[in-house]
Amino acid sequence: MANNTYDAIVVGSGISGGWAAKELTEKGLKVLLLERGHHIEHVKDYVESNKPSWEYPHRGSRTQKMIEEYPVLKRDYPLNERNLSFWTVDKDNPYVEKKPFGWFRGYHTGGRSLMWGRQSYRLGDLDFEANAKDGIAIDWPIRYKEIAPWYDYAETFAGISGSKEGLPQLPDGQFLPPMEMNIVEQTVAARIKEHYNNKRTMIIGRVANLTQAIPGRPTPCQFRNICSNGCPFGGYFSTQSSTLPAANATGNLTLRTFSIVTEVVYDKNTKKAKGVKVLDARTNEALEFNSKIVFLCASTFNSTAILMRSATDIWPDGLGSSSGELGHNVMDHHLKLGASGYMDGFDDKYYYGFRPNGIYIPRFRNLPGDEKRNYIRGFGYQGSGSRQSWSRQVAELSIGADLKEALGQPGKWNMGIGGFGEMLPYHDNKITLSKDKKDKWNIPVLEFDVEFKENEINMRKDIVADAVEMLEAAGVRDVKGHDDGCEPGWGIHEMGTARMGRDPKTSVLNSNNQVWDCQNVFVTDGSFMTSASCVNPSLTYMAMTARAADFAVKELKKGNL
Amino acid sequence: MNRRELLKMVAAATGAAMIGGEFLLSGCKGNPDSAPVAFTQENIAFLDEVAETIIPQTDTAGAKAAGVGRFMTVMVNDCYSKDDQEIFHKGMNMLDDECKKMHNVEFMKATPEQRKQLLIAVDKETNAYVKKQADEENIQKEKEKRGQERNTNDFKSQTMPNHYFQQLKQLAIFGYFTSEKGRTEALRYVPVPGKYQGVIDYKQGEKAFVGLT
Repeated sequence: MANNTYDAIVVGSGISGGWAAKELTEKGLKVLLLERGHHIEHVKDYVESNKPSWEYPHRGSRTQKMIEEYPVLKRDYPLNERNLSFWTVDKDNPYVEKKPFGWFRGYHTGGRSLMWGRQSYRLGDLDFEANAKDGIAIDWPIRYKEIAPWYDYAETFAGISGSKEGLPQLPDGQFLPPMEMNIVEQTVAARIKEHYNNKRTMIIGRVANLTQAIPGRPTPCQFRNICSNGCPFGGYFSTQSSTLPAANATGNLTLRTFSIVTEVVYDKNTKKAKGVKVLDARTNEALEFNSKIVFLCASTFNSTAILMRSATDIWPDGLGSSSGELGHNVMDHHLKLGASGYMDGFDDKYYYGFRPNGIYIPRFRNLPGDEKRNYIRGFGYQGSGSRQSWSRQVAELSIGADLKEALGQPGKWNMGIGGFGEMLPYHDNKITLSKDKKDKWNIPVLEFDVEFKENEINMRKDIVADAVEMLEAAGVRDVKGHDDGCEPGWGIHEMGTARMGRDPKTSVLNSNNQVWDCQNVFVTDGSFMTSASCVNPSLTYMAMTARAADFAVKELKKGNL
Repeated sequence: MNRRELLKMVAAATGAAMIGGEFLLSGCKGNPDSAPVAFTQENIAFLDEVAETIIPQTDTAGAKAAGVGRFMTVMVNDCYSKDDQEIFHKGMNMLDDECKKMHNVEFMKATPEQRKQLLIAVDKETNAYVKKQADEENIQKEKEKRGQERNTNDFKSQTMPNHYFQQLKQLAIFGYFTSEKGRTEALRYVPVPGKYQGVIDYKQGEKAFVGLT
C-alpha cells in the first residue's frame, strides 16, 4: 500500500490538471496525476501535425461512417478527418440528453488543451460583481484584485500574445507582442472606433500562441494554423508543451493513464478524503491511491460526477452535495451567430502566413452607465478578415482554364464576426447521475437537463443586429446576419455544477476552491465558475488552479489539511 | 485554426454547402449497411476526363494528372448519402447521353472542345437548378421555423435532390485544390510560413497562399 501513497492526487491532465500537477510538484509535493484515457507524447504522438491535405483519404471531410459513429461530435466542427483521434468516441462514452446537450470531450493526456481554441481573456469585476448586482444566483466569493496576480502568473508561464487596451471590461495582462491585423481588419477596427466614439473596439485576439520564445519553449509559433493537430514546435500552450514538462522536471510527478477515478474515498472520522478509487480502463482492475490532498480537474461535469459518486453513505447525493447545488447551474457560452460581408477596395493587399488567431470585439452591452437592454450581461465577438480561397463560388466563370486560374488567386475580401454570449446560471439547468444507464465500466452515466432561457434568446437578437450594424458602419458591403441556432454544450466551455461561494448552504466550494464538506478536496476546473462571463474561460482555470495549489500547500504546511 | 476556418475548410467547394459528409444533408440516408455500387476503371477514366474539362492542364497540372477521378469515387463511396450516390452514378450516364445528344458522340470519344461546350451548357442548367434548390430550401426553412413556433409538423416537406453536375463540379474543384499537384502548382504552397505579416502588397495574377490545412 505504501507504493500507492502520494502527497497529492490530481485527477485529470487537461488545462487545469496540468497546472495543478506543475504547481504542486514545484512546491515539493509528490504528485500522482491520473488520466482516464491513453497517453499522447508531446511531438512524437502528433501523427497529424505535418500532414498535408492530400494525405487524408477524404481531404479532411467527414465520412458517413464517422457520422454514424459520432452522433454527438457530428453536430459541430469537431467531427472531421484531421484530428479525430483527439476526440472521445461517443459510443464508448454515452450520456443521456433530457434536452439536447452537445458534450465534446478529449480523454487522453493533455485533454482538450491539445485541441482548444487558445483564446485567453481575463474576467474583470464587471463579471465578479455581476451576480450580486443583478441579484441572481449567488455572489462570487472573490474579486478581481485577488485573482489579478494569478492571471499575471498564468499568462507569463503560458505565453499569451495580445495588445494592451486599457478597457475596464477586459483587463490587460502580461502579454507577448500582439499578432498583426490585416489591412481590412485594421480598417474595420478604425472605422468602428470612430463610428462608436471609442465605445466599441475591435482588437487582435489574445491567444496562447508564442509570438516570441519564452523560457523552456525556444520555438515560437510558425503560423501554420493547424494547432489542433498538436504542434511539433510547441508553439501553443498545452499540457504537453508547457505544464507537463515543468512538472516532470521536478522529479516529483507520477503520471498514470487509463485510470478512471470512480470516487473520492471519504473518511468520516477525520472528515477528510483519504485518496481515490481507480478503475483501470483496460483491465477493469480496482485500485486505491492515498494522498493528503485531492485536486479534481477531470473537466466540468466529470469532476462533479466523481463527487456525486463519493461518500454517498453520508450524503446520498454525494460529496459536496449538502448545499443542494452540486450538479446545478450548468453553463456554457451560446454562439453560432453573427454577420459577414465583403469589403471593397483592398485588392492590392494580402497577408503572409496563416494566423492562428482572429480579432476580438470585447463586450459593449450593459456596461455600467449604459442603457439597459431586455436581457442582462453581454457578449463579445471573434472573427477575421480574409481573402476568399479556391473554395469560393465564381458565378461568372463556368468551367475550364479561366475558372482554374481565377480560383488559384485570392478572391474578394470577406469580413465576418461571430458572437459568444454569456449564459446565466440557472438552478434548474442540471446534471444528475442516471439511475439505470451505465457505461461499459459499469459507472452510471450523466443525464443532462439544460436549456437556454429567455435571457439568452433575447441577447441573441442583439448579437446579430449589432454585428450587422457594426460591419455596415465599417463600410462592409452586402452584410448578412445569421443565427444558425445553438445547443448548450456547443461552446465547449462547460461551466458550473460545483460553484464557489461565500456560504456552504448555497455553494459547493469556498473561495479557495475547497469543497466545503471536505476541505482537502479542491475542484479547479470549470465546475467552480459562479457565473460564466462572456469570455473564453480557460485562462481563468489556469489562474484559479495556481492560486488554489498555493493555498493548499500553505495549509498543508500549517497542518490544517 | 478557429471554428469558422475549420468549417470553411471542410465545407463549400462551389459556394453551396459541400454535398456529402456535412451537417445539413439533404434527402434521407437510405440503408447504411448496403455496400456502395462499385466504380469501374472505365468510370474513373470518365471522371478524370470530366474533371480535366473543368480544371484543365495549363502551365500547371490539370485535374487528371492530380488523380481527381479516383478521388471522386472515394468521396462518393465514403462521404455521400445513398441518395447522393445514386444521383452520382445515374449522372455519369446522363452526362454521356447529353453528350450524344449535343455532339452525336459519347463523352470519352468527344474532342476537348466538344466536352467543354457540353459542360458549359450543363453548368448553366445546373446553376439555374441550384438557385431554385436554394430558394426551395429557404422556403423550407421558413416553414420549419413557423412549424416549430406552432409546434406542428407541417414543415416536413421534401427539398429538391442535388444535381449530378453540382456534385461533379464540386468534387473536381475540391479534389484538385486539395491535391498535391493542385496545391504545389496552381497555388503557392507554404507549409511552414514561420511568420505572419498582416499587410503585404499583392499584384493581380499572383497565386494564393495555401498551407497544410
